[in-house]
Amino acid sequence: MTRVRVNPIACEAHGMCAELLPERITLDEWGYPIVDDRPLTAEQLAHAELAVRACPVFAVLLEAAR
Amino acid sequence: MIAAATLPRLLAGIDPSGPLDFHQHELLHGPLPSSREAADLIGDLERAGLRGHGGASFPSARKLQAVAQARGKQIVLINAVEAEPASEKDRLLVECLPHLVLDGAVAAARATGAREIAFAVRDGARDAYGAAARAIAERPRGEPPITLFAIPDSYVGGQETALVNYLSGGPLRPTFTPPRPDEQGINRRPTLVNNAETLAHLALIARNGEQWFRSLGAPGQPGSALVTVAGAVVHPGVYEIEYGSPLASLLTVAGGPLGTPRGVLLGGYAGSWVPYERALEARLDDAELAVLRARVLAGVIFFLGEEACPVAETLRLARWMAGQSARQCGPCLHGLDALADELATIASGHGDGGTLQRLGRLGELTAGRGACAHPDGAVNCLLSALETFEHDFAEHARSGPCAACGLPATLPLPDWHLPDSSPQRRRLRSL
Repeated sequence: MTRVRVNPIACEAHGMCAELLPERITLDEWGYPIVDDRPLTAEQLAHAELAVRACPVFAVLLEAAR
Repeated sequence: MIAAATLPRLLAGIDPSGPLDFHQHELLHGPLPSSREAADLIGDLERAGLRGHGGASFPSARKLQAVAQARGKQIVLINAVEAEPASEKDRLLVECLPHLVLDGAVAAARATGAREIAFAVRDGARDAYGAAARAIAERPRGEPPITLFAIPDSYVGGQETALVNYLSGGPLRPTFTPPRPDEQGINRRPTLVNNAETLAHLALIARNGEQWFRSLGAPGQPGSALVTVAGAVVHPGVYEIEYGSPLASLLTVAGGPLGTPRGVLLGGYAGSWVPYERALEARLDDAELAVLRARVLAGVIFFLGEEACPVAETLRLARWMAGQSARQCGPCLHGLDALADELATIASGHGDGGTLQRLGRLGELTAGRGACAHPDGAVNCLLSALETFEHDFAEHARSGPCAACGLPATLPLPDWHLPDSSPQRRRLRSL
């Protein structure tokens, strides 16, 4: 099982992740991602992989869910 | 034979006028057992149930185990930075009982295979630095070399990834985990980061064993702890308590309160405010304090005096905690400033029904979303103040500043600034 995580130090609030993975990521009032870290479904995983690639500062990661 | 289950343990033989030298220390506690004599120290620590005394309360045996098993040249880092402004316990240990801390570091180094020790003291704690330097020079031959570092004064500088980052030549700012310091710490070496008090307990467990350790304390939290009693009490200072003992007994030993305190801050600036009357019924261990949504954390017990304004104190603390953010993570950077702004609105009498709601929402948006626990702690502390001093906040929202708002701060808020974020290349010899 995989979950999505954001490195908050790297994140610069570009917001691409919320565009590509709205099922799991919304933006706060300053534009930073609020992440739902429950395990991803197969379909969400495909979206999450797009979000990982789209982030201009490589702040989105996929992690093994515990 | 098991030594008697009495206090003091760590503070036995302490001479407040200066450090015990190595000879006096050995006369008091006996020699540190060799690694052959303390062959299963990690197992002993696990059975003892020792947890970290820096605030996070992490099981010590698990940290040591992780470092012992990691690949690379292990190193032990003594964290005596004690960046909690109201806390004085680690400074007291280093100034007066430095060899107890160093014994713990040496025993931990042997148990994890580390052949080097780094010792981090806060720059502003000059006496501690001097005592540490003298104590290092007194250590017997054959022990791992110990290198002493002065760390710039800042709140997040006491956080373990910030320290590791700094001692690796980077800025004094927390880093994203993983990797954790036990996997990749100082210069990517597996690093055991332990609070100074934790190591002092470890030194005594190495000598006296786990049964002795567990003969004091609460079922879920064995042993003793150093706490700093501060604020409106007759004799503020560092005391050693048994976990699970009543806060009221500690207060009696500290000479009692000055007047009737408004509330008590438990833990430190990441901790929780509780009403004075409730605090008097509390027992000092995390299981007992859970009903008050408080924890022992770094052991700060601050009594807010009866003449102080809780709203003004909370607002100043909110600004200070926002100022201590490393400003790396968006939610912490924006959230702590926004929380302080809302508190300022209330304090000045301009709050409305929505202000409290907005504070709650900002708290949820800010906590748990940084690389370190700074935003979580700050939010916890500020929201507990809103609850404990509910009537004062309501009164200020209605009527604006009170007569006590202009009084000087009683919570210590030192003039600390994080050093420039640009990494300076420092040559750290031998690390």
